[in-house]
Amino acid sequence: MDARRGSLPVPRVRQVGFFTPNAQPAPTRSQSGPPDSSSPPLSDSPASNSLSPVMIPPPRHHSDNLAAAPRPTSPLPVPEPSPFRRRGADNNNALLVGSYNPAETLLAMSPSSSHVGDGESEETMSGGWFRRSNSGKLASSLPSGTFDFSPVQSTAEALKPNKVQNPVGISVLNNTILAEVSARPAPKEQQPEAPSSSKQPKPKLTKAERRALQESQRAAKAAAKAVAAPEEVATIKSVKQHQTQKKDAPQVAVSVAASERKGGDKSQEKERRKDAPAPRMQFDDKSRVEKAKRRSVVDQTEAKKRVELFRHLPQYEHGTQLADLESKFLQLDPMHPAIYKVGLQYLAGDISGGNARCIAMLQAFQQVVKDYSTPPEKTLPRDLTAKISSYVSFFTQCRPLSMSMGNAIRFLKNRIAKLSPSLSESESKSSICTDIDRFINEKIVLADRVIVQHASSKVKDGDVLLVYGSSCVVEMVLLHSHELGKQFRVIVVDSRPKLEGKALLRRLVAKGVHCTYTHINAVSYVMHEVTKVFLGASSVLSNGTVYSRVGTACVAMVAHAFRVPVIICCEAYKFHERVQLDSICSNELGDPDAIGKVPGRMDVNYLNDVSNSGNLQLLNLMYDATPADYVSMIVTDYGMIPPTSVPVIVREYRRDHLLI
Amino acid sequence: MPDVQALVNEFLNKLKKRKIEGSQATAKQTAELLRSVISQQRVPRTNQAGALIDAVRAIGEQLIVANPIELAVGNIVRRVLHIIREEDLSLTTAAVAELNLSTVSDDDDDGGGGDQDDRPVLSAAAVAAAARNTLRPPSLQMLLEGAPDFVAVPRSSSSGGDSEGKSKSMDRNSRTRKLKHDIIEAVNELIQDITTCHELIAEQAVEHIHQNEVILTLGSSKTVLEFLCAAKEKKRSFRVFVAEGAPRYQGHLLAKELVARGLQTTLITDSAVFAMISRVNMVIVGSHAVMANGGVIAPVGMNMVALAAQKHAVPFVVLAGSHKVILVYIGASTCRGPMLCPLYPHNPEVLLNELRSPSELLDFGEFSDCLDFGSGDGSPLLHVVNPTFDYVPPKAVSLFITDTGGHNPSYMYRLIADYYSADDLVVQRRHAAGN
Repeated sequence: MDARRGSLPVPRVRQVGFFTPNAQPAPTRSQSGPPDSSSPPLSDSPASNSLSPVMIPPPRHHSDNLAAAPRPTSPLPVPEPSPFRRRGADNNNALLVGSYNPAETLLAMSPSSSHVGDGESEETMSGGWFRRSNSGKLASSLPSGTFDFSPVQSTAEALKPNKVQNPVGISVLNNTILAEVSARPAPKEQQPEAPSSSKQPKPKLTKAERRALQESQRAAKAAAKAVAAPEEVATIKSVKQHQTQKKDAPQVAVSVAASERKGGDKSQEKERRKDAPAPRMQFDDKSRVEKAKRRSVVDQTEAKKRVELFRHLPQYEHGTQLADLESKFLQLDPMHPAIYKVGLQYLAGDISGGNARCIAMLQAFQQVVKDYSTPPEKTLPRDLTAKISSYVSFFTQCRPLSMSMGNAIRFLKNRIAKLSPSLSESESKSSICTDIDRFINEKIVLADRVIVQHASSKVKDGDVLLVYGSSCVVEMVLLHSHELGKQFRVIVVDSRPKLEGKALLRRLVAKGVHCTYTHINAVSYVMHEVTKVFLGASSVLSNGTVYSRVGTACVAMVAHAFRVPVIICCEAYKFHERVQLDSICSNELGDPDAIGKVPGRMDVNYLNDVSNSGNLQLLNLMYDATPADYVSMIVTDYGMIPPTSVPVIVREYRRDHLLI
Repeated sequence: MPDVQALVNEFLNKLKKRKIEGSQATAKQTAELLRSVISQQRVPRTNQAGALIDAVRAIGEQLIVANPIELAVGNIVRRVLHIIREEDLSLTTAAVAELNLSTVSDDDDDGGGGDQDDRPVLSAAAVAAAARNTLRPPSLQMLLEGAPDFVAVPRSSSSGGDSEGKSKSMDRNSRTRKLKHDIIEAVNELIQDITTCHELIAEQAVEHIHQNEVILTLGSSKTVLEFLCAAKEKKRSFRVFVAEGAPRYQGHLLAKELVARGLQTTLITDSAVFAMISRVNMVIVGSHAVMANGGVIAPVGMNMVALAAQKHAVPFVVLAGSHKVILVYIGASTCRGPMLCPLYPHNPEVLLNELRSPSELLDFGEFSDCLDFGSGDGSPLLHVVNPTFDYVPPKAVSLFITDTGGHNPSYMYRLIADYYSADDLVVQRRHAAGN
């Protein structure tokens, strides 16, 4: 990048919407260090850092990624009917052809397990179940086993004549299937709870499965008293075999699928489809909310007056749970204290801002990994992923995750899942810790530096820059430009109820930057003199929509109306393949009471006495979605791009994200 | 007239200290003040209308200077001036018509001045009629036929009328009393109109609000409150989003009153306007003043709402009592034609605005260490901008609802011609320039 910068001071590609030809960044600026140090490690591919932002190198790991890991990466967030069906058929074929002993077949499993239930406690049975699921590959293929049952059910009727000698087994099997079927909605419902991590549902699925198994065992116990007890060794063997079959089945299915769809192209497509984000938890769905509530650590009381339009979002009474949670601090043994601390900080609002939250979370995870020891009879990747998932759901209860955090979690889980089984526990742990460090460094810290380099090249002498709220990247851009000796003025626009701009204003003024402070209503009053608008973002969605602090859209809109360029500064790890058109469908609601109260203004207390009236609702939106039309340019660590290029970045660099 | 002066001074003080809030209250008080001025004004035997006009104008000037942002004051002064002219003319016309009917033969004796000698017999009547025409809204025909003639006429009209009246001294006393009486009657009517304009506007609510509508408004306006409540009384059920209108938080007040009247109200922050506007069917707002070009001076933040509404094709409806808020604003000093002054506001955000105290945004003391940071080199590091008003361009406004019905923004200039005499625009400007 540097070589090109030297000859072309202004990055040629990214003059979006505005261009000041006379403004050439000083050479000192363009060749300053950070890009040097930061760009190379941004991705493994050497091409990506030396290219101008338009030319996006093909992901290097794509093909071997596919070849090496055909299935395990996809924990079936989206059930795909056809492969499963085929796999089910495969399974049955294998059963019929390959197994001579009916006791070894899948169908015989249930009675045998019932005997286990007779002999030992059910927990040991499930423990045994898990003990056998040793490799990560098996672990991830395990949930798919759930889906195997439905085809089996259909084939069960066909198999009946073959199984005459064990009618009880069939009825028990049917019970099992029924249990499975009834249990299956549960994991599906829980999926949306972790919106952006597709890996999360896995442990829940298995939990549900375990429950289903136990139920079937109970049923079997009742029904199959008469059946003679075979040796336990045999049953265990049968289970084991059953699992190996299962383990094989997905691979067979994939290979069949791949051959049928003519090569990796299709399967790549399929994988991409799997990557599509799972639907989020919708809080207007009563049953799911009930289920989620039962499992939650944080005891949130629901807001009494909920805004009708936002029923699908969690609306809680704020400020009630904190004390309660604090009192639980010493009781919650499964929760790591670092996690607990960060969760409470989220809840109290002590940590805010996408980067800060993400870093805090990752560091807490790092702490967890450091203190982690694999429990006996479990494997590290599987158990750690489960643990992290439970922590993530705790975080979600404290405060809904941001998309950037979702991306980070996805990265982390992917790294854990990809750990080579040959590594020892301490090696795996240190590898994960380094990965987390690298993510923080490269995706956040260095990315910010690159963004600052790019963005401050856009600041010219005499500029009047408008910023909104408080974004740490934008603040760094301003301070860096100020350090470079550029003469400019900053207009800090702020809005209620958080008034984050005040803190930014204080820091800027302390550094000697000339500032003007105003509130968002006056934005069209001050927009006349503004030459550029710099905004931060919580996330950039792949249709170019900028999802950011509420009010950003207003500022961008007014800037657009006044023909002022709007520059968004956002790290690429915050890009997300989700799309969104409005700010209603997905948002976060803050504390409604913050709206009614105006701190520091004694004369404005109109709502003190009516705030409990039924007709009055207070709506405290946290984010809004800025349409791509209003955005002139997005500055990311990959360069300066127009909002239309966001999906390209998302598509091409996402594998890099995950692999680094 | 010492007591009048005391009244005026008191009102001036209130205006200067911004004690009077809202254009309706200001308009009403201005009209009442002017009414007492007129009633107390001792009218000379000759040129009574001129004397009244001068008196009203002198006080009006003081009022306008006291609070140049409160445009309702100037509007009411102009309205009263217009009323005086109109009443004077109607009396003159009546008198002249009578005169012409009864004393056609002896008009040679009446013509005292030499310039009057060579005028035709019915010149007085013609002059009066022409003057009346200029007070009436200008028609397209008049514009095409050459406005300058009519521009010149009104200046001589009062003197012409007076010269006519000079001869008829016996009618004088009755006419004086009649003129003042008529004017005060008309001003009373004006006050009445100002008081009832809410109701007139609110009556139209049912025509604009349908069932299950979602309405967004910003800040607080009595007109909007009445409008919404009128629709509510007609059993329409709808919900209202109220943007709070920082830093004055008038929205809280409006929300409180709406809730008290049983309306489903949701209070949102101003920053959430863009997020919510996509679910809103109509934006209904009040205004501070309406420009002749259809632009609106409204509480700060309104331009943002208007732009958001425009983006989402949501109708942006402005409620404006036509008596108090129609502003005649003369933008450039170069526009001399008083008939249809272009009246395009030049940079109204800055010219017609008022900056309020920074303490509404930042507490005093909170940044006191920063505010004088740069005192060494003269300019402080930190400025705080807290404007009161916003200018909404006419293209962002879908509809004006006034007490005379709904109007397009492009029609606003016509209403102005209805309510103000073209003469006063010029006069006002000359005085403004003098100041």
